Amino acid sequence: MKTIKSPAELQKRKAEILQRMNEKEKIRIRVHMGTSGQASGAKVIYDFLKLELEKRNIDAVVISTGDMGYSYAEPTMEVTLPGEAPVVFGNVDKLKADEIIEKYIKNGELVDGILPANYRVIN
Amino acid sequence: MAKQKIQIIVCGGTSCNGNQSELLIDNLRLELEANALENDVRVIKSGCFGLCNLGPIVKIIPGDTIYTHVKPDDARDIVSEHVMKGRKVERLLFTDPVTKKVLATERELSSHKKQIRIVLRNCGIIDPENIDEAIAYNAYEALGKVLTEMKPPEVIKIVKDSGLRGRGGGGFPTGLKWEIAYKNKSDEKYVVCNADEGDPGAFMDRSVLEGDPHAVLEAMAICGYSIESHKGLIYIRAEYPLAVSRLKTAIQQAREYGLLGKNIMGTGFDFDIEIRYGAGAFVCGEETALIHSMEGLRGEPTVKPPFPAESGFRGKPTNVNNVETFACLSPIILKGAEWFASIGSIKSKGTKVFALAGKINNVGLIEVPMGTTLREVIFEIGGGIRYGKKFKAAQTGGPSGGCLTEKHLETPIDFDNLIAAGSMMGSGGLIVMDEDDCMVSVAKFFLDFTVEESCGKCAPCRIGNKRLHELLEHITKGKGTLADLDRLKNMSLVIKDTSLCGLGQSSPNPVLSTLENFREEYEAHVTIKKCPAGKCKDLMEYFIISANCVGCTACARVCPVGAITGERKEPHVINPNICIKCGSCMEKCKFDAIIIQ
Repeated sequence: MKTIKSPAELQKRKAEILQRMNEKEKIRIRVHMGTSGQASGAKVIYDFLKLELEKRNIDAVVISTGDMGYSYAEPTMEVTLPGEAPVVFGNVDKLKADEIIEKYIKNGELVDGILPANYRVIN
Repeated sequence: MAKQKIQIIVCGGTSCNGNQSELLIDNLRLELEANALENDVRVIKSGCFGLCNLGPIVKIIPGDTIYTHVKPDDARDIVSEHVMKGRKVERLLFTDPVTKKVLATERELSSHKKQIRIVLRNCGIIDPENIDEAIAYNAYEALGKVLTEMKPPEVIKIVKDSGLRGRGGGGFPTGLKWEIAYKNKSDEKYVVCNADEGDPGAFMDRSVLEGDPHAVLEAMAICGYSIESHKGLIYIRAEYPLAVSRLKTAIQQAREYGLLGKNIMGTGFDFDIEIRYGAGAFVCGEETALIHSMEGLRGEPTVKPPFPAESGFRGKPTNVNNVETFACLSPIILKGAEWFASIGSIKSKGTKVFALAGKINNVGLIEVPMGTTLREVIFEIGGGIRYGKKFKAAQTGGPSGGCLTEKHLETPIDFDNLIAAGSMMGSGGLIVMDEDDCMVSVAKFFLDFTVEESCGKCAPCRIGNKRLHELLEHITKGKGTLADLDRLKNMSLVIKDTSLCGLGQSSPNPVLSTLENFREEYEAHVTIKKCPAGKCKDLMEYFIISANCVGCTACARVCPVGAITGERKEPHVINPNICIKCGSCMEKCKFDAIIIQ
């Protein structure tokens, strides 16, 4: 990867990345895989999603991130449908993940177990 | 995708639940059925919205309308007006009492949320192993700004003006620390990130390193520029393998992008970061002990002064900051000192991450502005005490802190208020205890920890804490006297006054604060030899109420030591000399015949 030679170039790189991220009108899924998440089985959910989404022919990006701090509801995952606000689901097991794929990802129907953003963001 | 249906989200957080949100959900479903809409409109129960004082909360999608203070009877209006006619139910919308403006959507109401994420801004959002994602969320922008637009004293001034204080526990002003390191001229200086998170129950540093490692790397480079250092070291415990591997990846990627290493972003500034591993000793969270450990010496503290800012790693000026402190930095540079100083209380600025643990419903990490009250943290954000039990105390500052009780519930939490209340901020662990916890045992638990973790260098800590622990052991075994309580206090004060480092100076705090707040509990242990919470095994006796006992023999069969005897269909008895107080009989008894005395 090319090195960044000035702060202006950093801005340019940022704009490119953002454009690339937004261009692909793809479903984005984040599985929260910090220590708490992994201890509660987030890896299983991550693998399940990767496999099942491919099997079911759904074009989505699945990424692993750190934890959000919802230790009481781990494993947690977040789904962002194109043009929608992200939705976080807690206490996800394979059954729940399946329900999320079938109902929310395919039809935009929410399912129980949503964790609304209970905080303000700064950006 | 199918046409989007109307979805009604009802908050099922503890606070809203307590205000009949369950009944509201039932009513909404009945109303929908009555209008034959149950297949078109879905009612969903969610977690907490963080708007507890406006609850119960109902959100309707599409449109993101938020209704506040919704009662079960309001289900009819929501269905007949909003769902069927598409008209908002005006009386359930929230009107800001100051501006008189109606705030109808979640976005408009967000300023009423108690938590603000500054430190945790990117945790759970970005892929920590992909630097591009971090850059998309503003990483290294502050570094670029600092390197091209500012001189070191200007950066230090911003940090000073922001009022940022060290998040590792002591609360020392960060800007001042940097200034001292900057003024001490030397050919080599070091920036050290203290990631030796050792408080039992605290894991915010780990979460930041796992979720957003670039935030720390960038801030260390900014610090390096400000104090004219070119070398950064992260001291992290080897027990955090995931954090270590993500840090390594992040450092590698930052080097490849030219954001660390020689000539960062073409500005001519060099700064590189290495990782140093700790073996998990609590005392190595103390900065002098940490530095010795990094030098390959025993992790023992030394007397300050000289402070690390004068003579630290390899005898060179060294600036040590905690992970969370560093994570606050880039937003301060980008958004300005005034912005940061506008959040928080008068003397403690910004936010603090707390790790809620113990007998609380929502165990996990929260980030609130300094000055949020203990009640808001425990009962609103934390969802209250588990199983509806009574709140007894909250320990802040881990083994170095003290407990806060019911009378402290309205205390705004910040550095100074906690010290005034006989506790301390520490790294932000908050362990909640309920009515079933024995405070003498709690004090003993924390001393167990400090006795184990004392490095042994100075006598007050090495010997004194051991003796304190013995006294507590005596008391919990029913062998204590009233005079022991005074001895506890005196010895605690001596240890505090004479110990070398922060570990010994603070280790008697749990004893002192429980003694201060729960003296009657200590007295019950030494005078009538009873543990009011029923935790100290040696002070309780299992007893069968013969009137309730039907002689089913269930208890006698489950008793592992054969302490229970009696004929079938006759009341049984427990032999206290054989009983090991395991409690199995009490669990088995269906007639509530077994009690603890």
